[in-house]
Amino acid sequence: MPTKTEKDATTGRETTGHEWDGIRELDTPLPKWWLYIFYATIAFAVGYCILYPAIPFISSHTRGILGYTNREALTESTAEAAQQQAKFIDRVHDASLEQIRKDPELLSFAETGGRAAFNENCAPCHRTGGAGAKGYPNLADDDWLWGGTLAAIHQTITHGVRNADPDSRQSQMPRFGADGLLKTAQISDVADYVLTLSGQKAPADAAKRGAQVFAENCAVCHGEKGAGNQEVGAKNLTDGIWLYGGDRATLIDTITNGRAGSMPAWGARLDPTTIKMLAVYVHALGGGQ
Amino acid sequence: MATALAPHPTEEDKDGIPLFAPHEKVYPRAVRGTMRRIKWAVLILCLSLYYIGPWLRWNRGPAYPSQAFLIDMPTRRAYFLGIEIWSHELYYLAGLLIVGAIGLFLVTSLFGRVWCGFTCPQTVWTDLFLWAERLIEGDRTQRIRLDQQPLSLKKIGKKAAKHAAWLVIAAATGGAWVMYFNDAPTLVHDLFTLNASTVQYGFVGLFTATTYLLAGWAREQVCTYMCPWPRFQSAMIDEETYAVTYRDWRGETRGKHRKGDSWEGRGDCIDCRACVAVCPTGIDIRDGLQLECIGCGLCIDACNDIMDKVERPRGLIAFDTYANRTACLKGATPTHHFLRPRTIAYAAILLATLGLMAVALAHRSTLELSVLRERNPLFVRLSDGEIRNGYTVKIENKRGETQVYALRADGLANALLHVAENDQAPIAAETGTTVAVRGDAIGTFRVYLQAPRSETREQPVTLSVRNTESGETASYATTFRGPEH
Repeated sequence: MPTKTEKDATTGRETTGHEWDGIRELDTPLPKWWLYIFYATIAFAVGYCILYPAIPFISSHTRGILGYTNREALTESTAEAAQQQAKFIDRVHDASLEQIRKDPELLSFAETGGRAAFNENCAPCHRTGGAGAKGYPNLADDDWLWGGTLAAIHQTITHGVRNADPDSRQSQMPRFGADGLLKTAQISDVADYVLTLSGQKAPADAAKRGAQVFAENCAVCHGEKGAGNQEVGAKNLTDGIWLYGGDRATLIDTITNGRAGSMPAWGARLDPTTIKMLAVYVHALGGGQ
Repeated sequence: MATALAPHPTEEDKDGIPLFAPHEKVYPRAVRGTMRRIKWAVLILCLSLYYIGPWLRWNRGPAYPSQAFLIDMPTRRAYFLGIEIWSHELYYLAGLLIVGAIGLFLVTSLFGRVWCGFTCPQTVWTDLFLWAERLIEGDRTQRIRLDQQPLSLKKIGKKAAKHAAWLVIAAATGGAWVMYFNDAPTLVHDLFTLNASTVQYGFVGLFTATTYLLAGWAREQVCTYMCPWPRFQSAMIDEETYAVTYRDWRGETRGKHRKGDSWEGRGDCIDCRACVAVCPTGIDIRDGLQLECIGCGLCIDACNDIMDKVERPRGLIAFDTYANRTACLKGATPTHHFLRPRTIAYAAILLATLGLMAVALAHRSTLELSVLRERNPLFVRLSDGEIRNGYTVKIENKRGETQVYALRADGLANALLHVAENDQAPIAAETGTTVAVRGDAIGTFRVYLQAPRSETREQPVTLSVRNTESGETASYATTFRGPEH
């Protein structure tokens, strides 16, 4: 409790009159420099509140006379970034796919841009890094349904697969079982034959019967030896890579019900430069031909 | 802001010594003499080095900046004459700091705080600011009188001129500092044409402010209260260390002396307080070696001057050792050893560190390799059943010109390798291929390894590069992943 104030002998200052257990408190003023900085911060805060958005209301806030918004600042900085990229974007736009691959600087830019576009647009189906999933081709391996050259990849991305785009990749794996084109036993035999094409085990007599069925029904697209045909997106049946699965049950399912995987035509959704960068990126994922 | 007051007088109160000492402004008097001349010479040398440094040129070839001393932040490079270091090689800087510290220990154990008194930037700039102050406001007595005068136009004029002069020096100091981080001629042009960046102006402003405050206002308080060095310098100093010493065995008993008085039965000190008046930290050296003493030796000059006047031998205050003093008090002959366990140890550590740094610099690699294994996908199954892994390989070429590197992979049986950027068919991994990296740059390559499926899920593999010209090599151990079974 404040008692009487007194003058301290050493410093010549008044005490505050507070005393606890015999310890009295000196009434030392705040240092001047501290006080002035404190006043300066108050002045700064007032100025800030006038210039910038500051005080929140229930559904809005003060705008500040400078009209600053974070959103606009972001737009500006992205525009600035886009302007810095413009030089490269223009070069990618003007260069052919082959030229991009030959120019280390452009290649590096296109691969980086392609990766960003891929992760945004393609990764939901093809997975990050083009790892693929059942029904969605792995883009990092050396097996291509529609061709793995830069031009073929570019074409596939631009127009897509089995969609309404007039230039899209078109083909159809018939529903041999569901539409009654083949009998159940024939399907079973041809599945056994297809197993042997990729070196898997199957009963020899069934496979022999299946070979006949294959030659009559499947070889048109998949080739006499089952090596596939990229013109029509017919899968190579002799390798170790399967889009839907290479076991007997899946094969029978595929032959019975057909397959008709589809991919959008990205030409309608992305600009030509992005598609070029995507093609270069996918080509460099490991399987480019 | 509470200060405890004891209800009853304590020991301190009885003696009238308060626990708190308010700051007393120091007005060092001008002085002439050997120490002062050495100080001016060191000051001119240090300031010249500092201000001329950024303007020195060094030809490194067209791909490099031509500034002799440059820390280039945007490209993360530092250039010191013929040495170039990259940001992750900052341990060279750590080595330099260790050399600096040990060097300081050695010099301190030999000669006391000569660093503080002569070369420390705080001392050098304070000296420069004091010089400007003296030019404008006059010497000690005039300054004291000026400060005691009531505010007048003349006083305001002098004070304004002094602070303006200080700010100009401070701005030049701050301006020179940022030049070590930019191309000096370009930056000077930008600064004066208002084309420099906010960051550049900000740093000039920051260093101007700190120089102005530390050398103009804080002065000896930096040494006494802020700097850690005086606190532990006593650990380096021993009886045989030279330090600014008042030879009390000669000076005491001190007392006023009138011309013609006998010197019999008294000391040489005439208690004129010249040593106190010139001291930049405002202490009395006659109290003995103390924390506040920066060892500048200006009191030596002041005292010698007085000794000449009273016709007594010089050196009442001098660089001397405590051992000498003890010997002289006993009347013995002083001896001195520069070689002591302490100095030998410091010198040995210093030489070892310098040697290590020289070896490290001489063997500085101009090639570094880092490998990031692709994890998305972990591995790829190829149509012929083989497994392929992808790696992002970064090759740092620290040479100025494009270099060609032979890249290979070892430790993986029957493996094939190809580089996506190379348009080459896969080739035996142990034969490898070549890649080119531009000068002073990092080359990034996607490297693919393929190998027959193995029983083990993970196999070790080592990627290595060799500079085809110089033969320099670097390698990186990583793994090759396959399916679970």
